[in-house]
Amino acid sequence: MTVTPGWYMALAAVLFTIGASGILLRRNALVMFMSVELMLNAVNLTFVAAGRNLNVLDGQVSVFFVMVVAAAEVVVGLAIIVAVFRRRQTASVDELSEMRG
Amino acid sequence: MFDYHAIAPELIIGVTLLLVIGVDLLAPPGRKYLAGVVGLVGLVAAAFPLLTMAACSDLAGCTDTGVRAMFDGSYVVDDFALVLKGLFLLTGVISLLLSVGYIEKDRYYEGEFYFLLVASVAGAVIMASARDLITLFIGLELVSGPAFLLAGWRKGDVRSNEAALKFFLMGVLSAAILLFGMSLVYGLTGEITFSGIRAGSAVVADEPAFILGVVFILVGFAFKISAVPFHFWAPDTYQGAPTPVAAYLSVGSKVAGFVGLISISYLAFGGVAEIWGPILWLLAAVTMTLGNLVALKQTNVIRMLGYSSVAHAGFVLVPFAMAATFDSAGMEEAIFASITYLLIYAFMNLGAFGAVMAAVSKSGSGELPDWGGLGRYAPGVAGFLGLFFFSLAGIPPLAGWFAKFVMFKAVLQASGSVWGVTLAVIAAVNAVIALFYYARVVKTVFMDDVPETAPVDEAARTPLSPSLALALGLTAFMVVVTGFFPQLLAFFGDAARALTLGP
Repeated sequence: MTVTPGWYMALAAVLFTIGASGILLRRNALVMFMSVELMLNAVNLTFVAAGRNLNVLDGQVSVFFVMVVAAAEVVVGLAIIVAVFRRRQTASVDELSEMRG
Repeated sequence: MFDYHAIAPELIIGVTLLLVIGVDLLAPPGRKYLAGVVGLVGLVAAAFPLLTMAACSDLAGCTDTGVRAMFDGSYVVDDFALVLKGLFLLTGVISLLLSVGYIEKDRYYEGEFYFLLVASVAGAVIMASARDLITLFIGLELVSGPAFLLAGWRKGDVRSNEAALKFFLMGVLSAAILLFGMSLVYGLTGEITFSGIRAGSAVVADEPAFILGVVFILVGFAFKISAVPFHFWAPDTYQGAPTPVAAYLSVGSKVAGFVGLISISYLAFGGVAEIWGPILWLLAAVTMTLGNLVALKQTNVIRMLGYSSVAHAGFVLVPFAMAATFDSAGMEEAIFASITYLLIYAFMNLGAFGAVMAAVSKSGSGELPDWGGLGRYAPGVAGFLGLFFFSLAGIPPLAGWFAKFVMFKAVLQASGSVWGVTLAVIAAVNAVIALFYYARVVKTVFMDDVPETAPVDEAARTPLSPSLALALGLTAFMVVVTGFFPQLLAFFGDAARALTLGP
């Protein structure tokens, strides 16, 4: 059986769904953040599979940009999560409910 | 050929960013506001190439069509881009003016704050010219990335932490959804430029994956513009973040989201408006209604402004809601209406946040009941509050009425359409609901008694910081003058009709 681009797309969709479920179901800020990274990797897989299938490099180039932005987001995100953890000794988002309504 | 004139604003902002870091390094403690001054001068300087480009078609020896394309058409400077870049620079200037006194007083890290604010403005300036998916995404992330940090600037404050974390998680989630949509659209059309997607979209318009891609892109932007049901981060973030940052987020970051949404849906998906038009209709109706209804029961004024800015996002979406039935002239009318609304909204909302900052410093509280009698012991601040809140409500002769007027005009141009009229009725009902909570603030300020707890004696005599007074004066001037002479901002909204794919 050959692996056609459709399979890659399906795998990407599954990864994206797992990531999205992680965001919705998990309550630890770090784990939620990892779920977002999983979603971004699903995006990368789609870009590469589509680029390979179409034989244009745009998709592969896009992946580099996505990876760089994801790395920058890690820097920002971990800084914020560390700041929260220092103040409250927890990274659970359920504890963060000062503001409501 | 590389057009240095066209990219001069971005280059100047880049140099400004380096200067801001340098000045922050060299300035002695207590003089860190100099970094903010440098950022301010840089943003003003970056506006000059915009003026020369706008005037270029009238100058001798300058032979361009008014549309400059670079990087294979990925980066286009047309009149739409010029207008929006000007607005972003001005938003940056006013946000810096709001910040200087606030940040200095509470001894937060100063130089880095100004650096991140200017960096975020740079991202917005890039977005106005982006004509392919990657440039658009990079611009959007450059707007959001620094804003995540700015929202959490008060590190010791639990609410500021919470604001930053909620904003960050929602921001990266929306970026991932947006990107997944982009990758699907790319996979089906084989193009990342807007022109290529537009050309390729006709063939794949019925593919479920393509429709899913378009919907995901819309959802990604809906988070950025805080449209219901993707708005829940916005009030929490505005309330917890430092107030000048909330002002910037509600204008700079939100308008940047709208610029991305408008340019991608008009330029790239212009041929498949029947996919995204109805979604925007639904978003507009729900956003206006829910934003206004929840704003009614808020007692914290900044949180109320958060919901009010959610509601305004709904009003801005209204002209595009009937896109599926518009011809190209109708689409241009919708762009004119939305951009004019955004221009006016920018001034009145920045002014409103500035007035709220002043009122908080006078009354020592952000809760509405504590503001009773503000009009007696701080009449100037109370006057500004009344001015901006009535303008947000859309009461003539303040600028807000003209924004609402062009919005109704654009949606009703599809005459005979039941859906268009229905949406206009929903918008009209919402305008009335909104008046209620804006007027309640003004009533408390001018008619209620001073509460026992108010620190009337000392705080009332402290004058406002000069930069905050300057920002208030600037925005109040624009709001009043535009109200009497709408042509002032309508001229720029009119120029923004020239939203193009390139020469």
